[in-house]
Amino acid sequence: MDIIVCVKHVPETAEAELKIDISGKTIDKAGLVFDINEWDDYALEEAVRIKEKLGGTVTAITIGPQESESTLRKCLARGADKAIRLTDPKFEGSDAYATAKILYSVIKTLHYDLILLGAQAGDTGNAATGPILAEMLNIPHAAMVKKIELGSGTAKVNRELEGGFEEQLEIRLPALFAVSTGINEPRYVSIMGIRKAMQKEIKVLSLADTGLAETDVGIAGSWLNIERLYVPPVEKQAEFLKGTPDEIATKLVEIIKSKGLI
Amino acid sequence: MAKIFVLAEHRQGQIRDITFELLTKARELAEKTNAELCAVILGKNVQEHAKALAEYAKIVMAVEDPKLENFNSEAYKRILSKLIAENKPSLVILGHTSYGVELAPRLAAALNTPLATDCIDLTFEGDTLAVTRQMYGGKVNAKAVLRKADTYMVTVRQATFTPKKPEPPANGQITTIPSPLTEEIVEKRFLQYVLPPPGGVDITTAEKLVGIGRGIKDQANMPLMEDLAKTLGAVLACSRPIVDKGWLPNDRQVGSSGKTVKPKLYLALGISGAFQHVLGMKSSDLIIAVNKDPKAPIFSFADYGVVEDLFKIVPSLKNKINETKAQKT
Repeated sequence: MDIIVCVKHVPETAEAELKIDISGKTIDKAGLVFDINEWDDYALEEAVRIKEKLGGTVTAITIGPQESESTLRKCLARGADKAIRLTDPKFEGSDAYATAKILYSVIKTLHYDLILLGAQAGDTGNAATGPILAEMLNIPHAAMVKKIELGSGTAKVNRELEGGFEEQLEIRLPALFAVSTGINEPRYVSIMGIRKAMQKEIKVLSLADTGLAETDVGIAGSWLNIERLYVPPVEKQAEFLKGTPDEIATKLVEIIKSKGLI
Repeated sequence: MAKIFVLAEHRQGQIRDITFELLTKARELAEKTNAELCAVILGKNVQEHAKALAEYAKIVMAVEDPKLENFNSEAYKRILSKLIAENKPSLVILGHTSYGVELAPRLAAALNTPLATDCIDLTFEGDTLAVTRQMYGGKVNAKAVLRKADTYMVTVRQATFTPKKPEPPANGQITTIPSPLTEEIVEKRFLQYVLPPPGGVDITTAEKLVGIGRGIKDQANMPLMEDLAKTLGAVLACSRPIVDKGWLPNDRQVGSSGKTVKPKLYLALGISGAFQHVLGMKSSDLIIAVNKDPKAPIFSFADYGVVEDLFKIVPSLKNKINETKAQKT
């Protein structure tokens, strides 16, 4: 089973204070910690587990600058065999559609039985690259996948629906699955794995290598162009309680008690 | 006259709420741009649904086919590609739901129709479509424009627009369209719905919930949370990361992919407030949130907020609750 995993190197922003940069079109990335996109982390783990069970190869692909190699190294350390980094200043500003075109340009030249990626990215949150890529490759796909059982030439997958239940589909291979978090438990990287990964080669490709034109990528090749970012207006603001933890706890208990809940 | 398409969602014989949310927003856009609002429904025996849609939209296109009994994005793609090519709507609106997320990007790519996903607002500026969407887990809003085209496509976040039936009802014209599907879709087949295993606790009926999120950091902190919930007489619920890590079972998850709850008290500890979670708890009577990050989106939904390390608050809170209970008895 040859598996391609598409990963994205993204800033961790869940607990960080974000500032919009001077251009107004992106956030100020200084001081932010970057890592593999959370959803892609599960996709990578799923790929490595399938390889361990059935044999084959795992190839990790990312689009990004030099720094994003740390995410590819992580993939290699966790069990990926090969890594490809697509990089070009012209890729800057690519939306899900342009991103899918860049990935497609390379993936169409590779052999694969399965393509895995995260259902969405923590930064842009489009949840669109996977299905667009599947359409370009003309292979079936499933999004928000919570479980994969591989058969011969087909896979049974569970897709997440609203309200805590799922649907099960049978999908012909080769196929693309955009996976949800919680599909597995991503493993820790061993020191040995990191050492081995440092020695592996990362193939680097630029726009010229993809066969795409400048107008296919970046803002020119995108459907969506961000005009400006802004902090969401506050519709309702909580009444903030201040004081020492003890004082705050006293106030909280008063509030809860006043509603007759203690 | 230009048309605006809204794709109706239904599952197991029920139209989903998102459909009427989308139709309400679409009606506003249709009036502004002098377009005809057209609800599109694909399924088996959907005439009753079509009648419900006709109260909202001027035109209802119903594609009937036993093969459409359950959602299949490949079947939907083929049929909608044809309908869109024939009708050339100015805009196609889908929900940013498990169905929309599966279908819209692929359909847009097949038609080369510019797409924006997970929109929280949309408006025509001349013949250009501008959208508002969120990034970085809801911490930043983005205003974006779509590349100029004759047809645009968007997916819209659930519970963003409040459904409102037009007065008088639209009394739309229902057209049943023969299904263009000539054969079974072999590459992608629906097998069955998978229901979650029955859990021991029903968080939807609990009067008080302690909701925990990523901020509790470590599984070793779970007993502390259990303890607080017990002291308060509450049930422990959680946001998605806690279930993903396996610290609590699926049936404790609050949010779009979990349960919708409406307790008298929701105490959110270390929950940032991603919209998927908020969808499931925002109707709670009293919401108290504790989070270190003063910019956490949860504070826009809470009645009371505490910007502090939850591990400093929880022990004190537990003691005070115990003291109060002791005074009462």
